[in-house]
Amino acid sequence: MSPEQTILLSILVPFLGAALIPLTWANPNIRETITLITGAILFYLVSSIYPVVAGGAQPSVILFEMLPGLAIAFTVEPLGMIFAAIVSFLWIITTVYSIGYMRGHDEQNQTRFYVLFAIAIGAAIGIAFAGNMLTLFVFYEVLTISTFPLVTHHGTPEAKRAGRVYLGILLTTSIAFQLVAIIWTWSLVGTLDFTQGGILNGKVGGLTAAILLGLYVFGIGKAALMPFHRWLPAAMVAPTPVSALLHAVAVVKAGVFTVLKVAVYIFGVDFLFSIEASQWFLYLAAATVLIASLVAMSKDNLKARLAYSTISQLSYIILGAMLASDLGVIGGGMHIAMHAFGKITLFFCAGAYIVAAHKTEISHMHGIGRVMPLTTAAFLIGSLSIIGLPPMGGLWSKWYLALGALESGHLVIVGVLMVSSLLNVAYLLEIPFKGFFAGAEDNPEPQAHHEHDSDHDHRFDRKQPRQIKEAPLACLIAISITSAGCLILFFYPDPVYNLMRLIVAP
Amino acid sequence: MAAAFSSHLPALQVVLALLAAPLCVVLRRPGAAWMIATVITWALLAIAMVLLGRVLETGTITYALGSWPAPWGIEYRIDLANAFVLVLVTLIGSVVMPYARASIPAEIEEPRIYLFYCMYLLNLAGLLGIAITGDVFNLFVFLEISSLSSYVMISLSRDRRALVAAYRYLIMGTIGATFYIIGVGMMYQVTGTLNMVDLATLIPNLTDNRTVMVALAFLCVGLSLKLALFPLHLWLPNAYAYAPSAVSAFLASTGTKVAVYALARILFTVFGGSVLIDDFGLQELLVVLAVAAMIGGSAVAIYQSNVKRLLAYSSIAQIGYMILGLSMASVIGMTAGLVHLFNHALMKGGLFMVMGCVFFRLSSVQVEDMEGLAKRMPLTMAAFVAGGFGLIGMPLTAGFISKWHLIQAALEKGWWGAVAVILVSSLLAVIYIWRVVEAAYFKPPPKGAAEISEAPLSMLVPMWVMIGMSYYFGIDATLTLDITTGAAETLLGGIQ
Repeated sequence: MSPEQTILLSILVPFLGAALIPLTWANPNIRETITLITGAILFYLVSSIYPVVAGGAQPSVILFEMLPGLAIAFTVEPLGMIFAAIVSFLWIITTVYSIGYMRGHDEQNQTRFYVLFAIAIGAAIGIAFAGNMLTLFVFYEVLTISTFPLVTHHGTPEAKRAGRVYLGILLTTSIAFQLVAIIWTWSLVGTLDFTQGGILNGKVGGLTAAILLGLYVFGIGKAALMPFHRWLPAAMVAPTPVSALLHAVAVVKAGVFTVLKVAVYIFGVDFLFSIEASQWFLYLAAATVLIASLVAMSKDNLKARLAYSTISQLSYIILGAMLASDLGVIGGGMHIAMHAFGKITLFFCAGAYIVAAHKTEISHMHGIGRVMPLTTAAFLIGSLSIIGLPPMGGLWSKWYLALGALESGHLVIVGVLMVSSLLNVAYLLEIPFKGFFAGAEDNPEPQAHHEHDSDHDHRFDRKQPRQIKEAPLACLIAISITSAGCLILFFYPDPVYNLMRLIVAP
Repeated sequence: MAAAFSSHLPALQVVLALLAAPLCVVLRRPGAAWMIATVITWALLAIAMVLLGRVLETGTITYALGSWPAPWGIEYRIDLANAFVLVLVTLIGSVVMPYARASIPAEIEEPRIYLFYCMYLLNLAGLLGIAITGDVFNLFVFLEISSLSSYVMISLSRDRRALVAAYRYLIMGTIGATFYIIGVGMMYQVTGTLNMVDLATLIPNLTDNRTVMVALAFLCVGLSLKLALFPLHLWLPNAYAYAPSAVSAFLASTGTKVAVYALARILFTVFGGSVLIDDFGLQELLVVLAVAAMIGGSAVAIYQSNVKRLLAYSSIAQIGYMILGLSMASVIGMTAGLVHLFNHALMKGGLFMVMGCVFFRLSSVQVEDMEGLAKRMPLTMAAFVAGGFGLIGMPLTAGFISKWHLIQAALEKGWWGAVAVILVSSLLAVIYIWRVVEAAYFKPPPKGAAEISEAPLSMLVPMWVMIGMSYYFGIDATLTLDITTGAAETLLGGIQ
């Protein structure tokens, strides 16, 4: 099979899976088997493109013309390769996790859940492989729409409110800013193809470039740059597997991935460096990193805290793009991979706490490490990776981001990265430490409105014998794999690094 | 024989429907009338396609009606612009007719059904006549045929409010027609001709003539009333809301569209060669009205509780898009206007058909009655969501193609305000579509709601065909854009 056919197939496969799943007529075993097989095929297809791209080729295929002169086209370049590989690999893991979670939590409408999940993955692969900005935009919007019913999955008034915020912000930014930026680019330079060195390079003046950059950066609402970040915490009402894969990996990474694509292939790193406006966004991203970390510290709900942590981490990648230096771009690209593994581990753990112990608030989790030691250990590993400590993969991306900041002479940014790491320590390590070392006497009385707490006795006491009550096995398998991933990426970051190297030094 | 037949296709395009209309009255049986109307519409679609193909191949076709040569006789003149409109009108008719078979008996008393088909055929003849003719007076005649028949079609509805709506439309429509004919009379007085080509060659020498200027004003106001340009749109919301759904679907996708075409024809073909349009400040005027329609229409749509009225106000906004495109007087702007004319017809036709399905089962199109409907009529409500995406302008829908070009045209002109208005209007569309979606998908059915099932297949299939086309032309827009770009060049280039 030629790489071109593989590209088309890998975009088609998730959608085919989505079409097959409802045919199983709510037989959960067959339904989930189909999802797993689809995921496995997808991962096989995507990884079979890897050697081609790593060898320096960029296989490309034009599907058809949508507008005269503007085609739906796909090109696999290194950055897209990384994104697609992460998404397709983590999809398999998340499916395993979902089986445990969705059944353990007795969720409704599971078939719809699996169908929309598959569509969202297909859209993410489409974004990863998009050969021009129009194709990317099409799949970007498909991703927005297909994830909306997942956010409102529970159908409660709270879910509905969250859905409004989600759709409102993502659609407003993409329609009002991103689309205009795309059409403007098209009418200025007559192409939207992702081209090494950038298509706007030298074709537009400083002011136009500054406005365009603003329209792109704010228009990519999925990157959650402040002040357009509110949708991400809102989306946390979704079932945890959705938060884990989509709102910690696929959707948000699609956002920052698009920012990187725009920086590298629409503007071009050199041109971006020459635009003064890139520095404004650099400092806006830096501010987002710090503010979101501070907000995360104030959140007691674990998923909300992780959501703000995600906002903060996403801005690392935007920062990497706006540094407009080779090392910054490498750091940004690597952070897509490193953060994906770290954050999905943390979300998996958060879900495990909900399923096994019915805990959502951090202040109720004192001593939980003695009941769920594996989950809490995994949480520790994920936290260390996010903080960027060895021996976790997260170290490398921070390393290159800091080098990139030094290369472009932004010492302040180096400082921001350091302060942010300290803040990460403060808000992430609290959970495993109190989980392992604090006793139940530190737990506040269960509150009346927490129904789950009243019918279970979850006051973990240091003096009582340990009663291990872990999450379902499927969840634990998924958690172990992703936390192992954090470790492996420390020792073998080469595949990711080598791909990113190709972008800056072809 | 075949050669003679094929050379008279332009005449057949209009006459066929005109002749078939009395046949419905003679037969009186609803089934027979439906059969005639459907077969004739399909035949007309075939003719329109052949004509479009011929225009694409050999260029403008002229046809002297009754072999009286222009400028004495009436000339039918088919170029890319009106061949395109002919296909649009017959295409919509061809999809709506199979739908009407089940939908119409639910909304019109049985003894009057044959009248509907008769009026529909007359309306079709009128609309096709407006599109095909090259004679300004003949255009008036067809304008009146189509208007009168649509008043009747609206008033046939079981809903008594339709009578008032139709009466109001009658008053406004008649004023519009009168304005138009006064304009035509003035032009005739000055130039002594009614043929568009003749007028187009004579008018450029008469730019100082006050009568010609006044004539242009009368023509513009008259046609703006017919196409419901803000603030002359007041007849439209109630007319579409209370008409039978099949009528709303057909009229919303064709009636105003053909009037938009007629305005473009008068402004650019007949007056195109003159400097009148610039001197008059007509461009600024149209832009302001279009912008007001886009914002006003969408904003008012948000507050409607009757979904058909909501869609009607949305139509007023969408007509604003078309007029904005036309008023740019650039090839890309005109292309945007014309392609939106086509795309919007598909989307709005499909959405009104959705409401027909809802009415068929629910006997109501109020938002509060549609609560929880998605569980009971999943295919119908999915079509509403799909069509709604088009109005918002999501990628892969036809609406995206229109918006893309409109924004591109506005950027080319440097009209940043217009860009902002287009975006605000599509964001308002998100809100009004969302209101219906929220009711249907997120609210429980009202207590004591009747057990209802999905609409019959004979309605679902045409509805999805219409929505499906709006996606097809959103995914591969090369065909529509090639044709509309050619049409825009024809209109802007004046008569060759």
